[in-house]
Amino acid sequence: MADLIAQKLMCIKRDRVLFEALDFSLGAKQIVHLKGPNGAGKTSFLRILAGLATATEGVVKYKEKNIESAGHDFYTSTLYIGHKSGLNSALTGIENTQFWANQHGIDISQSEIIALLGMIGLAGLEDLPVAHLSAGQQRRVSLLRLWLKSQARIWLLDEPFTALDVQGVALIEKKIQEHAESGGSVLITSHQALQPHPLKSEFMLEYRF
Amino acid sequence: MSSSFSIINGVMRRDLILAFRQKAELAQPLMFVLMVVTLFPLGVGPSPELLQRIGPGIIWIAAILSGLMGMERMFRDDYHDGSTEQMLVSGMPMVLVSAAKIFCHWLVSFVPLIILTPLLAVFLNLTWDMTVALMITLLIGTPVLSMLGAIGVALTVGLRKGGLILSLLLIPVFIPLLIFATSAIESASMRLPYLPQLAIMGAILLLTAALAPVAVSYALKVSQH
Repeated sequence: MADLIAQKLMCIKRDRVLFEALDFSLGAKQIVHLKGPNGAGKTSFLRILAGLATATEGVVKYKEKNIESAGHDFYTSTLYIGHKSGLNSALTGIENTQFWANQHGIDISQSEIIALLGMIGLAGLEDLPVAHLSAGQQRRVSLLRLWLKSQARIWLLDEPFTALDVQGVALIEKKIQEHAESGGSVLITSHQALQPHPLKSEFMLEYRF
Repeated sequence: MSSSFSIINGVMRRDLILAFRQKAELAQPLMFVLMVVTLFPLGVGPSPELLQRIGPGIIWIAAILSGLMGMERMFRDDYHDGSTEQMLVSGMPMVLVSAAKIFCHWLVSFVPLIILTPLLAVFLNLTWDMTVALMITLLIGTPVLSMLGAIGVALTVGLRKGGLILSLLLIPVFIPLLIFATSAIESASMRLPYLPQLAIMGAILLLTAALAPVAVSYALKVSQH
């Protein structure tokens, strides 16, 4: 049974129909690679699924309920990481992570955060303001959320590999695969090819005129 | 209940840390007020009677304009770096977050000004009664500035040149406040009771306190579309 179902979605941006009558479902143990050229509406689609934007037409349902009415239940079981990092550049990696965890109702101690930051390759940089980190390192801080929000079954990731180096991509991809294998579901947009995996499928969005 | 407390606590801690890490932005509105108040006597002449007449108005106008300078800081950075997005998908009550952020803004932008007011009042030759009235009106009035300002910022946060629209949007809604505040201080200067004006300002404060967080959270949601 699919957890997240989109029915007959239509999205219009600046008088251009990005997609219409789009049906989509995301269930457990699935990695869906959302593909399509620039401007096809991948980000818009993801934002609609995450409940940040509303579709011009159509509904998104989580466990048979509209995501607006599912409310808290939906938000706690979803993790959305967008283009924007969601990190304040004047705060350090620790502070950003701590605030994010607090916001999402996750209890985590400072030493655990430091350990996680070390794991993701930022040892020694934990208490630098994020503005002093490189783009790839900033991306790593925001991707740390994959390790934090364990109650989230559905991951919606918008271009998570941007600015990451080869090791970083491998690390994140491994985490994504583990998540799917343990019963989670992942919808990911990326212009990079993903590693072949039995749970992986592709979903294509065409550019429309 | 404890979780909503921890949300408010977290948001306030973050905003206060940010404010104190960007000290220049913290000091800027205060310096602005100080400059206006020191330059006015040089501009209009140092006659004590004249300064006493226009003094309360100067401080109030300077407070409004200085408040406008730091207003955008409330939500603009969060909008651009994606923090607003993450707050919305966290599913926590945005009304609480908005209220906490507004309170932080007031604490950082206006409380130092209120504390500085007795000094400014001396510069402008205000009597003690006037100074007290000025401080009370600022205490009641400046939270309204923060709250109405927050609505304006949340509405314009997605626009590229929001600053200009923000000022045009906010100045008219600040006018009633300015009228009642200066009228209260004028009454105080003549040793007349000024409770009615304060009561009206208090009513404005309660009304905005009830509506602003809801309006702000809704505007922030809409800004994401």
